[in-house]
Amino acid sequence: MKQLTILSGKGGTGKTTLTASLAVLARNAVLADCDVDAPDLHMLLHPEVIKTQEFKGSKLAVIDKTKCDNCGFCREKCRFDAITEAIEVDPVACEGCGVCAAICPSDAITMTERVSGYAYISKTKYGFMAHALLSPGESNSGKLVTLVRQNARILSEKENSDLIIIDGPPGIGCPVIASVSGVDVSLVVTEPTMSGIHDLQRALQLIQHFNVKPLVCVNMYDINKDNTDKILGFCEENSIKVVGKIPFNPKVTEAMVNGKTIVEYAPESDVAKEIENIWKSCKDSF
Amino acid sequence: MIVSVASGKGGTGKTSVAVNMALSIGNVQLLDCDVEEPNAHLLLNPNMHSTEPVYVLVPHINEELCAHCGECAKFCQYNALFSSPEKILFFPELCHSCGGCTLACPRQAITEEKRSIGALKFGAVGELKLVYGELDVGEPMAVPLIKAVKKQIENNKNVIIDAPVGTSCPVIETVRESDFCVLVTEPTPFGLHDLKITVEVLRKMGVPFGVVVNRAGIGDNKVYQYCNEESIPILLEIPYQRKIAELYSKGVPFSLEMPEWKEKFQALFSEIKRLVEE
Repeated sequence: MKQLTILSGKGGTGKTTLTASLAVLARNAVLADCDVDAPDLHMLLHPEVIKTQEFKGSKLAVIDKTKCDNCGFCREKCRFDAITEAIEVDPVACEGCGVCAAICPSDAITMTERVSGYAYISKTKYGFMAHALLSPGESNSGKLVTLVRQNARILSEKENSDLIIIDGPPGIGCPVIASVSGVDVSLVVTEPTMSGIHDLQRALQLIQHFNVKPLVCVNMYDINKDNTDKILGFCEENSIKVVGKIPFNPKVTEAMVNGKTIVEYAPESDVAKEIENIWKSCKDSF
Repeated sequence: MIVSVASGKGGTGKTSVAVNMALSIGNVQLLDCDVEEPNAHLLLNPNMHSTEPVYVLVPHINEELCAHCGECAKFCQYNALFSSPEKILFFPELCHSCGGCTLACPRQAITEEKRSIGALKFGAVGELKLVYGELDVGEPMAVPLIKAVKKQIENNKNVIIDAPVGTSCPVIETVRESDFCVLVTEPTPFGLHDLKITVEVLRKMGVPFGVVVNRAGIGDNKVYQYCNEESIPILLEIPYQRKIAELYSKGVPFSLEMPEWKEKFQALFSEIKRLVEE
């Protein structure tokens, strides 16, 4: 079984649009949306949820006010500024480390389980899908990504699927690391802007740090052809394969508004044709 | 006043709005808290004058004192410590620097030492001061670096913060203590979906906010319907124009080439000020 993660570094370069189209072209791949704090893949693939799982991320400190004598020792020792002046826990800041509970001289603090989100196993027209939603304001997105990937692996074994396609989150921090570690290939979608180039380079460094094979595609390449040439040059110098250049086409947004992937909405469009080529190159790279 | 600029969906134009607003008003300090992928400096071309490493505290185990009792590993909620009869293994990337292991150790065998995770960078463009953080590649935790950037806030300035993308911990840390948050979105289903999640987060945190619609004209009108239903003020619309996209691609803030926008960003800032004072 192979795993392909779509990344970008910079957000909004077209990860989800591309992932959804690859899901259609791949037929019977297992899909995983690992952008757990702002997942969008479901809006194009319309999954039907089969199973919902509670996600318990970190614990939460709870102060028993009948025991608390307001000594403020917890507030002093908390490294996350999660205890207010009134000696109350700020649930958004609490990282569940347990230091306050351990040091409270009145034993007034207990660590409790908190549900930080939900993981889902779903069925789509194109294959099974593992996804999740982190509750607003919760942390531990990296852990939830790991749970989504576990679910995807279980699905792929059950369904005898030989490919997992993972829609990654933007950035290069913990949820991205959790999305890319241990996969076979990572396709970075970039755009020919100064920010796109800068973020591409950092994303590629991360991918190489985890010994994953990188591929690159340039989205909306015709917005700035000089910058596209810079990206192509950079990839060539670093022996990174560029698998496609997708032109700007308003049909992509139209497809999104209609809740469809571009390869279904406008199969004859220049964008759809190029994505087919990208899919072929991805397959070859396994 | 501290104004942060955020967005659930990536690529909607956060950095562009933050930078153009910063360039249009006076007495500004711009903080780029998108430490995973900082971009504001690419649009500003600042003179960078200094860099400072940012450290987190991690445990240092004195093997001579350690009895391998495993209390530290039992305490650690992040699985950063693993205890075997011969050795304690420490995984620095998993450590949240809570200091709990030093308290849990019955033999005082654990002290804390500094570990570098990235850098703070300081620069300026004329009077505009820029501070940004840059996380080392491979480091998972952005929050301590974001806190370090925010420590640089100068209270007598108009502080504008470019937030990271998404809705989870790095964003929450960034917008905490902001007087106002500008949510940049685009009028598409993805833009709307991620806007709704961000609105929930801000309401939970009690930070006042308003919306800037970027690339107006593409997509559909559901973002407007939603803002109307939820009584969320739309502070500014930036139309989709190829010229704006091309200037951005070259790293040029569009208000410099299209001066009519300078006034619009000044008006945006005045409106935010009015809403905060209200």
